[in-house]
Amino acid sequence: MAVAAGKVARAATRLRGGGSALPGLVVERVDPRFLTHALANLPRGVVVVTGTNGKTTTTKMLVAILREHGLTVFTNPTGSNFTRGVISSMLAEIPFSGRLKADIAVLELDEAHALKFAAEVKPTHSLLLNVARDQLDRFAEIDHTAKLLGELAEQTTTGVVLNLDDSYVSRIAGRVRDGVTVTYFGVDPSIADRLPELQEADVRFDDEFTPPRPTAADGLLKPHDERSFEVRFGPTERVGPMVLRQRGLAAMINATAATSTARVMLANEFRDVDAVAALERVTPPFGRGEVIDADGQPLELVLVKNPAGFTVALGTYGNAPVTTMIAINDNYADGRDVSWLYDVSFESLRDKGVALTSGVRAYDMALRLKYDDVAVAEVEPDLEVALQRFLTAYKDEPKRIFCTYTAMMTLRRDLAARYGLAKFGEDPT
Amino acid sequence: MSGTSTTSSDTTSKGRIKIVHIYPREMSIYGDLGNTRCLASRLRWHGYEPVIHQHHPGNDFPTDVHLVLGGGGQDSGQARVEDDLAHNAEVLRALVADGTPMLMICGMYQLFGNAFITVEGDRLPGIGILDVTTQGNAKRMVGPVVLETAYGDVVGYENHSGSTTLGPGQQPFGRVRSGMGNNGTDGTEGAVTGNVVGSYLHGPVLPANPALADALIKLAVERALGEPFVPGRVDDELADKARTRQVRRLVG
Repeated sequence: MAVAAGKVARAATRLRGGGSALPGLVVERVDPRFLTHALANLPRGVVVVTGTNGKTTTTKMLVAILREHGLTVFTNPTGSNFTRGVISSMLAEIPFSGRLKADIAVLELDEAHALKFAAEVKPTHSLLLNVARDQLDRFAEIDHTAKLLGELAEQTTTGVVLNLDDSYVSRIAGRVRDGVTVTYFGVDPSIADRLPELQEADVRFDDEFTPPRPTAADGLLKPHDERSFEVRFGPTERVGPMVLRQRGLAAMINATAATSTARVMLANEFRDVDAVAALERVTPPFGRGEVIDADGQPLELVLVKNPAGFTVALGTYGNAPVTTMIAINDNYADGRDVSWLYDVSFESLRDKGVALTSGVRAYDMALRLKYDDVAVAEVEPDLEVALQRFLTAYKDEPKRIFCTYTAMMTLRRDLAARYGLAKFGEDPT
Repeated sequence: MSGTSTTSSDTTSKGRIKIVHIYPREMSIYGDLGNTRCLASRLRWHGYEPVIHQHHPGNDFPTDVHLVLGGGGQDSGQARVEDDLAHNAEVLRALVADGTPMLMICGMYQLFGNAFITVEGDRLPGIGILDVTTQGNAKRMVGPVVLETAYGDVVGYENHSGSTTLGPGQQPFGRVRSGMGNNGTDGTEGAVTGNVVGSYLHGPVLPANPALADALIKLAVERALGEPFVPGRVDDELADKARTRQVRRLVG
C-alpha cells in the first residue's frame, strides 16, 4: 500500500517537474516503518555518508567504485539528502514487496537527518567527512554538529571511516561500539600545510590536537600536481595515479575518503585499477563544478554554502580566473544568515573583478566584495535578469557562477531551458 | 593616555588608531571578524591608519587601546575565554570609564553583562559592564532583525538561546521593528552604557550599518588623537541599498 501510494505520488511529481522529497513524504505518512523494511538484510549492508562538505560528490564516487566492482548499489543520487529523499529515490527501484533488490545501499544524509535515519535503520558503516560552519541557523553550533556525527558513529554496527585531519571527526574514534572497526582517510603530511584553509579551529579542548597515526588500512592523499594524485595505504600500496574530472583539493580528499571506504567494504575484493577507472569517470554533480556549454563557451556552476566550501571553491579556481558572477539567496535551504560571507577571503577575485552579483542578497554580496577591494561591475538582484545579462555581455569568454542552493536551482532551470540540459536529478552518468 | 604619532613613512595618514579584537579565535563564529575588517577599511577610507591587535586568552592585554571589539561564539568558546576575561575585567572597566568605544556582539555581549544563568540554574558571572542578565533557554531566537536606533535603522541577524533582561535604567541599543531582540517580549535589543554597545546582531552588523561604524570610529579617533574626527569621502551606496532592502523586506 505504501509503495503504491508513493509510486503514484512520484509519477505525479515527475509530471509536475521537480519536488524530489514529496513522494517520500507520502510513503512516510502511510508506512513509517517503510525504510526499515526496505533496507533490512541487504547482503553488504547500509553505508551512510555525512558531514558538512562533500557529501554528494563523495557518495557518487563511492557508488561508482562499488559498481565498478560489480555490486548492485542503491543510492539517493538527487542530492535530496533527507530521509524522505531516500524513500523517494527508492520508489523508482523497489518491487511492490517493499524489499529493495540491491547488494548494498550508499546514502547521503545531512547531519541531523542521518540520526533520524539511524533511528529507523542502523547503518552498518558510516563515512564521516568533516565538520564546518554551515547553516548555523539550523544546526546552531559546530559543536552540535560534531555531537550529531558522534551519535551516528555510536549507532553504526560494523565500521566507521573518519577524517584523520579534522579533529571534530577523528576524535569520534573513541565513541564507537566494541568490535566496530575504525578506519581513517586523510592527507599525506607533505600537504598538511594546506589543511587550515579547509578546516575549523576546534577550541573545545585544552590540549593541542594530535591526529592519530595512520596505519596501512588508512588512505592518505598524495598529490603529484594540481590535477594528478594517488591514495597511499601504508608504505607500499598505492591507488592511482589518477586525474578527476572535478578540480581541486577538496575533490581529491573526497576521492580519498571514497577509496578508503570502498576498501573497507570490499576487503580482499578491492581492486585498485577498478577504483581508479571508476573515479576518473565520475562527473561532478550538478552545481558542484558542472560545466555547461553556453553558446560555445564553458559556464561553470559552483555551489557555495559555507565558508569552508566557498574558500575551497575560490582556491580551486584561483589559478584560472574567468568572468565571474556570484548569486546569494537567503532562503532556508541556503542558510538565512549571510554573515558567513565575511569568513571567506575574496582576494583571489581582485585582479579580474566580479561581473555581477545577484540573488536576494545581491547588495550584501557586492558590499562584502567592496571590503576586499574586489570591483563589482553590476548588481542585479533578479536572477533571471542577471543571468541574461551575464550570458550576453560576456558571450565570448569562459564564465563561472558561484551560487547558493536555491539560487543554483533557479539558474540551472533557466540554463536547462536555454541549452537543453538534463533536468536536475536526472544524472547523465 | 591617548595620542600615538603616525609613522614618519606614512605622510598621508591622519593618525593611527588601535583596534583590539578580543578572542577572535574562540568568539567569532558568525562572521563577526567582518566588524574588525569593516572598521579597518573605513578608517583607511577616512584617511586614518588602523592597527589591529588580536587578543588571545593568556596573553598580556595591550596598552594604548582606542576601540575594543568582541563577537559571538559557541558555548565551548565562551568557556575558554572566561578566565582571561575575569583576569582582564579591571583593565576593561578602566577603559570603559575612560570612554573607550566598544562593540560586543552576542556571546561577548552576554559576558559583558552581570551574569548568564544556564538552563540548569548555574550562575556564570559576567564582568558587569552592562547592567543586563541573561537566562539560558531551550528555545533559540533565530532570524533577521531590524532595529530603530540612535543611528537610524540597523539591520542584522540574531541567533541566541539566551534571553536577556535589562536592569533598571539600562538603556537598550535599539527598539525591535522586526525580530526578537533581547528576549522576544519587551521590544528592546542590546544595551548601551557610555560608549559601550552590546547587541545580538550578527550580519556582521557594521558593514551594512555604516552610521554605527562611523560613530565608533569618531569616538576612537577623538580618544586616540585628542582632536575631532575628520571624515573622508566614503561611498556607502551599496551598504545603504543592502540595508534599506532588508528593512523593506522585513517591515515593509
